Amino acid sequence: MRIVGGGGGILLGVLAPGVVWAGQPLPWQIGLQPAASPVMEDVVALHGYVLIVIIGVACLVMGLLGFVIWRFNARRNPTPATWCHHTLLEIVWTVVPVLILTAIAVPSFRLLYRQDHIPPADLTLKVEGHQWYWSYAYPDLGISFDANMVETDQLQAGEPRLLTADAPVVVPVGQVVRVQLTADDVLHSWAVPALGVRTDTVPGRLNESWFQVKEPGLYYGFCAELCGVRHAYMPIVVRAVPEEAFKAWVQERKVAQNPSPQHGNPPLFEISALDPESDPSLMEDCHRVKGEKPFGPPEANDGCVYFPPPYVLPPAEAPRMMPGG
Amino acid sequence: MSAHAAEQDHRPAGWRRWLLSTNHKDIGTLYLVLSVTAGVVGAAISFLIRAELQQPGMQFLENQEQFYNVLVTAHGVIMVFFVVMPALIGGFGNWFVPLMIGAPDMAFPRLNNISFWLLAAALVLLVASANIDQGPGTGWTVYPPLSTSGHPGAGVDFAILALHLAGASSVLGAINFITTILNMRAPNLTMMRLPLFVWSMLLTSLLLVLAIPILAGALTMLLTDRNFGTTFFNPAGGGDPVFYQHLFWFFGHPEVYIMILPAFGIVSHVVATFSRKPIFGHKGMIYAMMAIAVIGFMVWAHHMFTVGMNVTGRVYFTAATLVIAVPTGVKIFSWIATLWGGSIQLRVPLLWALGFIFLFTVGGVTGVVLANGGLSVALHDSYYVVAHFHYVLSLGAVFAMFAGFYYWIGKMTGRPYPEGLGRLHFWLTFIGVNLTFFPMHFMGLAGMQRRVPDYPDAFAGWNQVASTGAWISVASVLVFLVVLWRIFSARERVAANPWGEGATTLEWTVPSPAPFHTFTHQPVIEASPAPHWLNDGA
Ligand SMILES: [Cu+2]
Repeated sequence: MRIVGGGGGILLGVLAPGVVWAGQPLPWQIGLQPAASPVMEDVVALHGYVLIVIIGVACLVMGLLGFVIWRFNARRNPTPATWCHHTLLEIVWTVVPVLILTAIAVPSFRLLYRQDHIPPADLTLKVEGHQWYWSYAYPDLGISFDANMVETDQLQAGEPRLLTADAPVVVPVGQVVRVQLTADDVLHSWAVPALGVRTDTVPGRLNESWFQVKEPGLYYGFCAELCGVRHAYMPIVVRAVPEEAFKAWVQERKVAQNPSPQHGNPPLFEISALDPESDPSLMEDCHRVKGEKPFGPPEANDGCVYFPPPYVLPPAEAPRMMPGG
Repeated sequence: MSAHAAEQDHRPAGWRRWLLSTNHKDIGTLYLVLSVTAGVVGAAISFLIRAELQQPGMQFLENQEQFYNVLVTAHGVIMVFFVVMPALIGGFGNWFVPLMIGAPDMAFPRLNNISFWLLAAALVLLVASANIDQGPGTGWTVYPPLSTSGHPGAGVDFAILALHLAGASSVLGAINFITTILNMRAPNLTMMRLPLFVWSMLLTSLLLVLAIPILAGALTMLLTDRNFGTTFFNPAGGGDPVFYQHLFWFFGHPEVYIMILPAFGIVSHVVATFSRKPIFGHKGMIYAMMAIAVIGFMVWAHHMFTVGMNVTGRVYFTAATLVIAVPTGVKIFSWIATLWGGSIQLRVPLLWALGFIFLFTVGGVTGVVLANGGLSVALHDSYYVVAHFHYVLSLGAVFAMFAGFYYWIGKMTGRPYPEGLGRLHFWLTFIGVNLTFFPMHFMGLAGMQRRVPDYPDAFAGWNQVASTGAWISVASVLVFLVVLWRIFSARERVAANPWGEGATTLEWTVPSPAPFHTFTHQPVIEASPAPHWLNDGA
């Protein structure tokens, strides 16, 4: 494979849309997007199973409804019956639904535990939701960058409108990616349907999710929690590539964002160690950490946040269920 | 008799009759007028939303995404608090609970008056909120931090105060219903003999009394977070945005049953009347409603599967939510069993009730899908959810409202509705709403998120279908306005009981229209045999 030098052109050769797996909606689609991760495979399977059950139940009810309207119409049945009670029938239509629901609950619980159990991770990806873009960081690799939507008039041929971000999240195929999510302003939700990931990013909390992409390709997502004016314009692009290509991308990215590689790049969540009071150069541009590419779109420089909120939990801590619990 | 009737019909004149009203029928009428008015506004907003979404790209809200969010918020709040609840609870509840239990009025007539006027004031505040600063673009859930730091203008404060007033109105009304039903039943009208609509109103009122204070607390904390520097929901001060969601849905989930229980009651009466057969399993229906009311308080966090809840919580809320399908199924099957063996007259009210059963079943089974916390990674906050709750509410509750409207309009006005136009109204609505909301399941499964003014081009096809359905629904609204005009201009009058032997509850024993004062003398109900609406001496 040829590695194209410079910016987003990298890897385009192997990943031209249409050539590889593309996790995005298709015109007139009526079902879930094809699964591209183990969790999503389970989701598709459970949904298919529950769908059969509910179609059966709905057809039964519609059939009965149609039958009584036809059979017990006043013209056909001028004298109404007087019975209004049938204990056995009532027991049956209580117990049978309980059995059906149990048959749904068992695989449903299995799926929940499967989603919750994160296998040993090969890679950690940090996601931070902002109004209205995403910040990504690979803390172990010293990479961090922002992703904004590509406006309609800037799209290249084949790039889907409202789904194309200017910086994809590149991950190696087949590796377990642990995703840690938070937000710094309002709620957002990081959703990539084909990968079976949809987790809210909540200020003050660190949520966790995971995925493992099975095939190289482009997987599109979006912000799924109302977050204000540009809620519809926060696309996500996950680009899954073979391992060597991933390594090359990592190198490329490091060089691009830091001219002196041995210095390394501060991971996103340790920016709070930098103190603008003692280092006035940090004040110049509140979205810029010295030596790093701007931390946010230039037009979003109104609300200056020097630190990620101090309440962000250390990454090791598990997500909590109840407030304070 | 005529002198007696004249005295029953004595009423204050002019504006005093309405502004100062303490009469349950007049107050019920006020609620219905407010509901129809708000309904036209809410429907107009829906049509604006569907017009914007008809094609990909921005149609007429270019660079007005905030206004789109305000429309979405207003649509939700208006439909829930100012259309469905006033019609089903304030309107039909006020009109028919006293009539069905043989009481002369509600227990607290003046409280009844302030309940209504608080709601009218709330509507004014809500309409104002949309025009203040950038308006509330938060969705009806008003989640912080978008509703706090995300919306500095006073529009959100107005919306919160509107919800506060609407909540106070509901709680006062609910206290009135509970007191009336527990204390003012005619002799021998024991609790287990109460008609199902009365039971549904009792349970809905209990839910309101328990749930609304939680909403009020959450909204008050939002207000102080916004205006007085508290940090209940702000992590910078030790608060938590997810805490708000727990509070909101502890109210919000019972709220959906608050809207649907009265619908269950109405459908039961209509189905029994037009199959000319008492309702099947009267006791079972009561227990099913009780079960729904109780479990309805224990499932709230199924609205929050993606917030980062731990797995035990997700398993519990999945299980509890699935359980609700059991009593709901009991109700569906009992309605079918009521129809079974009946002598069915397919009049307009029954068409709407059958439409309700159909649509509620569709919305119910998609609810079973959504109950699975594991599937929320695919479906949470997607159009699948929008389809689901419109099937149970916008179609379910609204179809029950129209069933009640056509069933009782003769009793309320003394005039008949036009049968043919009523049928046209039903079929246009049925086709229109199904065309609008069924494709939303497909959009959601394919990955279209809620509350967006624009969407990827792949969703263009189904959105075009949905908007076409909306234009059919516009026609149905216009037909309904013609129906209203035909009713109020009709010269004919209807009998006390226009439905014949199937209509057995007490409201059909008083003249049509129901006189200003009814049951100034308590009606007689025998200890035995049981009233006609019961099956076997319950
Ligand atoms: Cu967002």
